[in-house]
Amino acid sequence: MTTVQSGSQTSSQVDSQVDADVLAIDAEAEVARISASLRGYLSRARRKGAIVALSGGIDSSVVAALCVAAIGKDRVFGIHMPERDSSEDTLAFSTLVSDSLGIDSVVEDITPVLEAARCYERRDDAIRMVCPDYGPDHKSKIVLPSVVESESLRLYSVVVQAPDGTTTRHRLTTESYLGIVAATNFKQRARRMTEYYHADRLNYVVTGTPNRLEYDQGFFVKLGDGAADVKPIAHLYKTQVYALADFLGVPEQVRTRPSTTDTYSLPQSQEEFYFSLPWNLMDLCLHGKNTGRPIEQVAESTGLTTAQVERVYGDIDQKRKTTAYLHLPPQLVEPVQEIG
Amino acid sequence: MHDQIRNELREFIGDNYLFGDHDRLPEDEASLLEEGIVDSTGILELIEFLEDHFGIVVGESETVFENLGSVGGLTRFVASKTLAGQTVG
Repeated sequence: MTTVQSGSQTSSQVDSQVDADVLAIDAEAEVARISASLRGYLSRARRKGAIVALSGGIDSSVVAALCVAAIGKDRVFGIHMPERDSSEDTLAFSTLVSDSLGIDSVVEDITPVLEAARCYERRDDAIRMVCPDYGPDHKSKIVLPSVVESESLRLYSVVVQAPDGTTTRHRLTTESYLGIVAATNFKQRARRMTEYYHADRLNYVVTGTPNRLEYDQGFFVKLGDGAADVKPIAHLYKTQVYALADFLGVPEQVRTRPSTTDTYSLPQSQEEFYFSLPWNLMDLCLHGKNTGRPIEQVAESTGLTTAQVERVYGDIDQKRKTTAYLHLPPQLVEPVQEIG
Repeated sequence: MHDQIRNELREFIGDNYLFGDHDRLPEDEASLLEEGIVDSTGILELIEFLEDHFGIVVGESETVFENLGSVGGLTRFVASKTLAGQTVG
């Protein structure tokens, strides 16, 4: 049994409160189980290997390591896909992972693709609907209010940083919110397009890297990072992904790096964009809700009040409803029996 | 006044979110979120409808479930804002 350890600076402040035993996992057995599943799938799909898009984050690093454990380093191909808004250290982290695993990889800067699709231009136009002064030298990110700290409905705002460093926040209108998201989603879709190019070229499958939090809560772009042939860690809470990272020897710099969306030009944590809480507390809340653990226990292990846990549960339900369609295949009027 | 506000809200919600299938509109005090009628994008649209149609301003502190989460809550919220506007104005 591997002792689960906290893996990010974000969570360090609450480590002492977290009772992670409920999420403990037998890492060796789990790696063997996932490896067998991957080999079985590749065999059934008649593909020769696996593509992994390496972001330098914990999830893609663990998926790459799992693929190497399952089928060997010579059958795993990594792709590094930075773009204009990626943080400066993204490529260094992802290269560290491919080097440590000894897998072949390629750098595909997707900025020209995004420029051709007018991703940045369309996004900036949408931001200007609520912040008319927004220009090419400004930076931005989308944020949500904390579900824990207030009872407000969670409405998205855009935070804008002017060239002089001044920061302002603007509540988004429907048109501006949807416009920013639609334009930004080009990034995930351009990456998947590139991954499938290499998958087709090599006769490989494309791996998806969502953990359970992301998969359950719909934290992915439909036909973007949500599109994949196989999602090896979608059943694992992020705490468990960190446990596998430790077992698989993922570089410490990656294991201690805070989670980030690496999608907007200002640094943005996943909890301020999407989740209610730091990931280790979200894990405990989602697990508690899924297993019917007494709410008082969840509150005690997370350091939240029972009222706050109930609000997090409500937010989990709301996200499941909102994102249910992301999981659905194309809907037919009637089944085509011959296809199954 | 409440009846008129309520009817206009129900008409908007039925037309905008239920494609005119007004039979699916929930009871006035039922949660539009829990019933799956609106999501976070739908709440943004609701706020814009309130501001455009009823001429009120929805402040940051007012974006709470009690005000925006049900037809009944919306009706009371709009009525109170409209009344306050008339009193002040």
